[in-house]
Amino acid sequence: MITKPFMPATTWQTVGPFFSIGLERLYRADIAGAGVDGERIRVAGRLLDGDYNPIPDAVVEVWQANAHGKYAHPGDTQDKPLEQGFRGFGRIATDDLGEFRFSTVKPGSVLTQSGEPQAPHLVVSLMMRGLLRGLVTRAYFPNEGLNATDQVLQCVPPARRSTLLLSSLVENDVPTFGWTIHMQGPSETVFFDF
Amino acid sequence: MNECQTYPSPFRKHKQGTQPDHLHAGYVSSMKRAPLQPLVTITPTLSELTGPLFGRDEIVAGECNMTRSANGGEAQGQRIAVSGRLLDEGGAPIRNTLLEVWQANAAGRYLHKWDQHDAPLDPNFSGEGHVLTDDLGRYSFVTVQPGSYPWGNHHNAWRPAHIHFSVFGPAVCTRLVTQMYFPGDPLLPFDPIYNCTADSAARERLISRFDWNTTIPQSTLGFVFDIHLRGRYATPMEEGHDDH
Repeated sequence: MITKPFMPATTWQTVGPFFSIGLERLYRADIAGAGVDGERIRVAGRLLDGDYNPIPDAVVEVWQANAHGKYAHPGDTQDKPLEQGFRGFGRIATDDLGEFRFSTVKPGSVLTQSGEPQAPHLVVSLMMRGLLRGLVTRAYFPNEGLNATDQVLQCVPPARRSTLLLSSLVENDVPTFGWTIHMQGPSETVFFDF
Repeated sequence: MNECQTYPSPFRKHKQGTQPDHLHAGYVSSMKRAPLQPLVTITPTLSELTGPLFGRDEIVAGECNMTRSANGGEAQGQRIAVSGRLLDEGGAPIRNTLLEVWQANAAGRYLHKWDQHDAPLDPNFSGEGHVLTDDLGRYSFVTVQPGSYPWGNHHNAWRPAHIHFSVFGPAVCTRLVTQMYFPGDPLLPFDPIYNCTADSAARERLISRFDWNTTIPQSTLGFVFDIHLRGRYATPMEEGHDDH
């Protein structure tokens, strides 16, 4: 038996303030192109620091399933349709007001390993100056029955679950959801370790 | 594993001390941006065990030379060839995947609206690079040695020369953004970002090594930087003795 040498994962370092030089090529604010099934939605987010100041130099990455609850990834072996061209990836830099916006389709439910349906959600990663390594959170939709049983939401202390909930806004007839991400403070957003 | 982790993660936990804590007093801008509540530990679901895959759709395989501008002009500075392998923790190559890199120019200035450092921009250097790993997980690109530059963290603060790297790997669990440093840089012992990681061996793996094999006579100095992404626990079939 040959033992392969083990080398711990490389250490994270901050993305710094000038990431757009390298990351802008993959900026994607429209996550689901034409021909992708599902309800069209928009998300209007805002990112605040511990003094409630907007964070204008962050990059937000979104990863989501399609409306059928299927990821564009070979590791997703669920028997569900996947549209040609659907990738499910978004990358948006925050603006001078700490705001970020993207459009997409509302994701469907994805099963857990034990076969339980998760509530529809977006996986959202944050990187910014001042953050030594990336953080991962989730955005859930309001008024979803599955929110009550979602395995990941149940792991979150009840008082903090609202930090992961989008709020419904009405904007130009396209369903739009608002979300404020607080890095610190009494409404500090929940971030996950896995 | 807490009560919420109904299944253990198939990905290894990071080795103790090898990743920076979020809050680090010496790195001033972390103070209002690092989360203060503990992270909530979950069992990764399909949502975290998958992730965006970028490869040949985004970039044509081939040479990445950051020293030549679109109009054929040559960047100022010491030419360097940076190469290495992208591997998981067990040494398996991560093939045909995208690395995004960015850096300051030879004078220590970024081509960015917010970089006000009083050092010249170079019209022939953007500092942007995109490169694919090959079938053995190898990558290489040619650039110029980035300069050191001052920043506002504390009095007379200077960042050691570095190149930023962004890699996705196969899953949300494996995402990595890091910085590659240069051997012998006198600023490293004083840099709060470099020193935020407790494990000294992990820090030192962020320093590339000078390499004669990739140094091109009369032209370019070679530096080697291998990157390891978080790996899966070995399956019983593979019997990884290093697991326990």
